[in-house]
Amino acid sequence: MASITLRSLRKSFGAADVIKGIDMEIAHGEFCVFVGPSGCGKSTLLRMISGLEPISDGEVMIDGHVVNAIPAADRGLAMVFQSYALYPHMTVRQNLSFGLENIQTPRAEIRRKVDEVATMLQIDPLLDRRPKDLSGGQRQRVAIGRAVVREPRVFLFDEPLSNLDAELRVDMRGEISALHKRLGNTMIYVTHDQVEAMTMADKIAVLRLGKLEQFGAPLDLYNRPANLFVAGFIGSPKMNFMTGKVHTADPSLLTLDTGEEVSIPVAGFRHTTGQPVTLGVRPQELQPDANGALHINVRAVEQLGSDSYLYGALADGTRLTVHNPGQTRVAAGEIVPLSANPASFHLFDTASGMALRK
Amino acid sequence: MSRTWQFLTATRGGTRMDWTDWVSYSYLFLGVFLMFFPVVWLVLSSFKTEADLQRYPPTFLPYQQDTIMVEGYDAPLQLFLMTGGEFEGQVLAQIRRVGIQAQMVDPENPGERLRTGIDQREPVQRVALATENYTELFERFDFMRYFWNSTFITITATLIMLLVNAMAAFALSKYQFRGRTAVLLLVIGTLMIPQTVVLVPLFLIVTELGMFNSLWGVIIPGAATPTGVFLLRQYMITIPDEILDAARMDKASEWKIFWRIILPLSAPAIAVLAILAIMWRWNDFLWPLIVLTRTENFTLQLALNSFQGELQTDWSSLLAMTVLTLLPIAAVFMFLQKYIATGIASTGGK
Repeated sequence: MASITLRSLRKSFGAADVIKGIDMEIAHGEFCVFVGPSGCGKSTLLRMISGLEPISDGEVMIDGHVVNAIPAADRGLAMVFQSYALYPHMTVRQNLSFGLENIQTPRAEIRRKVDEVATMLQIDPLLDRRPKDLSGGQRQRVAIGRAVVREPRVFLFDEPLSNLDAELRVDMRGEISALHKRLGNTMIYVTHDQVEAMTMADKIAVLRLGKLEQFGAPLDLYNRPANLFVAGFIGSPKMNFMTGKVHTADPSLLTLDTGEEVSIPVAGFRHTTGQPVTLGVRPQELQPDANGALHINVRAVEQLGSDSYLYGALADGTRLTVHNPGQTRVAAGEIVPLSANPASFHLFDTASGMALRK
Repeated sequence: MSRTWQFLTATRGGTRMDWTDWVSYSYLFLGVFLMFFPVVWLVLSSFKTEADLQRYPPTFLPYQQDTIMVEGYDAPLQLFLMTGGEFEGQVLAQIRRVGIQAQMVDPENPGERLRTGIDQREPVQRVALATENYTELFERFDFMRYFWNSTFITITATLIMLLVNAMAAFALSKYQFRGRTAVLLLVIGTLMIPQTVVLVPLFLIVTELGMFNSLWGVIIPGAATPTGVFLLRQYMITIPDEILDAARMDKASEWKIFWRIILPLSAPAIAVLAILAIMWRWNDFLWPLIVLTRTENFTLQLALNSFQGELQTDWSSLLAMTVLTLLPIAAVFMFLQKYIATGIASTGGK
C-alpha cells in the first residue's frame, strides 16, 4: 500500500513562490500524471515528493505518515529522470545493481533480480554494455529498470519520454502503462504533453504557476473542465473560445462580441443575465451548416484524408478551429457558416475564468 | 614506425615542400634544439671525467685520455702524440708537467727521461663513458636514501593532496550552502599570495607541530592547493546533478556518491592533477630546504644542492645525480602526458 497525500504544500526559492499551496490525494495503485506548461512547478512538486527538494511549508504524507524530514533515500521511492541519469562509468548490470548493493542485498539475489528485470524490459542482451553504447530507447529502459529493480513503493517519472523520437515515445508510453498494470504500484508521472497525460493517467493533475487547477480522471477533465485554462489545455486541437455577454433579458441567448447570437441551454449553467461570459466549443462540435449562426472566414485548410481541419476567424478576429471528419470541399478564403450542438457547450465566467457549469 | 615517419615528414598538401613547410620545420627544429640540447648536453656531460669537464674548449662527446703502465712508475701515465720537435710522430707517456715544459718517457724505453714543450704534443684520447660518476653516487653517497625520501614525499603528498582537493572540490561544486562563493573566492584568493610571503609563518606552525626535520613537515603543508581545488571543481561542475540525485534515490550515502560516482567520473581531471602534483613535489626545493636540515632527511633536490660547495663543486657527481633525478619525472611525463592533453581539453565542458 502506498497512498500519497499533499497538504498545502509550498515551495519558494528566495522571494519567488514556485509551489503555492497544493492539496492532493493519490490513492494506492493510481497512475497520476502531473501536467502543465513549462515552468508550472510540476517537476519541482515531484522532486518535493521524492525528497530531493526541501519543502518550504506544508506536508507530504506517504501512507499517512509525514515524510518531510525523511531523506530521499529512505522514502522507498524510485525515480526515472528526464536525462535518464545513468551512471556513465558503469555497465548496465552495475547500473541496475547499484541501488541493491546500497541496501546490502546478497550478491546472488542482486543477480537474480537484475536478470529478472532485464528480461522483463528486454534489456538482457545489453547488460555488459555501458550507457554511451546504448540508443535513447535502450537507455530509457535501463533507467526504468533501475527504478523497478529496487521494488519501490512509488515510482516517480520526470518527463521520461521527452528525449525520445515520436514513434518510440508512443511505444514507451504503452510499455510504461503495461508496467503499471503488471506491478500495480502507485506511479506519479510528470509531463508537459497532454496526450501522454490523457492516454496513461488514472488521474490527471493540471498545474499552472504553482497552483493545482484541476485534479481528476482524464475524461472528467475533458468533459467538465473547471476553468478556461484546463479547458484549453486538455484536448487536441484546443477548445475554441468566444467571448460575449448573456442577453440582458433572455438568459438562453448569448450575444458574442461579433454581434452574432447563439442560444445556450439554461439548465446546465448558473449564469445571470448581462454577465460577460466565454463560450467554449471543441473543434469537433462545430460543423459547416448553411443555417449556422457563426460565420468564419477560413484562412487555412488541412486535409489529412480521414479528417480535415479548418482554421479561420470570426468577424472580430477570434480564431476558431473546426474539425471535420472525412474530407471537405471548403477552401481557404471562403466564409463558412457554422452551427454547433448546444449540449456540448462549455460556459465560463470571463472575469474569473471559472466554469459556470452547475 | 612507418606511420611515425609519415607524420614526421608530412608536408602541406602532401606533395612537395611548400615554403610554409620550410618555415614550420625550421621553427620546429629550433624548438627541438632549444628544448632538447641542454638535456643532451647534461646527459653527455654526466659521463665526462672531472678533468674532461674542466677542459677548455669543451667537447661535445665525453673523451678519456689513454693511459699506460710504465715500468718504474706506480700510477698509470697519460699518453701523448708528439706533433713537433725531435720526437715528432712518437707516442710518449707524461711523467710530470712543469710550466710549459713536460717530462716524458718512451714506454718502449722506460729508463730515459725526455723533455719537451707542451705545445709540441696532443693527448691520445678516445670517446669513453665515465660510468664511475654513477657508481660513485651509490658508493660514496647515500643515493638510495635521498631517492627514497623524494619518492616517499612525492607519492604520499600526491595521494593526500588528491583526496583533500577532490573532497573540497566536491563540496564546492555540488552542495549549496551559505558562503559557498566566499569560500571559493578565499581558496582562489590564496593563489595571489606568493609562497615566500607565508614561508615564515608556515615554518613556525610546522615547528610548533613538531614536524621540523620530518618528511611529514614537507608533506602536510602542501596537502591542499588552490589550483587543485579549482581545477577539480571546474570539472565536477560538468557532472550532471541528476546523476547524483539518481544515486541518492538509489540509497547511496554522500560518501558513497563521492567514491563511486564523483571520483570515477572526474578521473581525467584527477589524472591531470596527479601529474602536476608529482612534478611539483618531486621538483620542490625551497620548502624542503627549510624544513629538512639533517642529511638523512634530504630529498634528491637537496642532495644535489649539497654537491655545490662554497669553494669547490663536485661537477661530475652533480651532473650524474641530476640525470638520475630527471629520469623518474621524465618517465611519469612520457607515460601520462596524453592524459594532460585530454584532461585539460575536457575540463572546459563537454
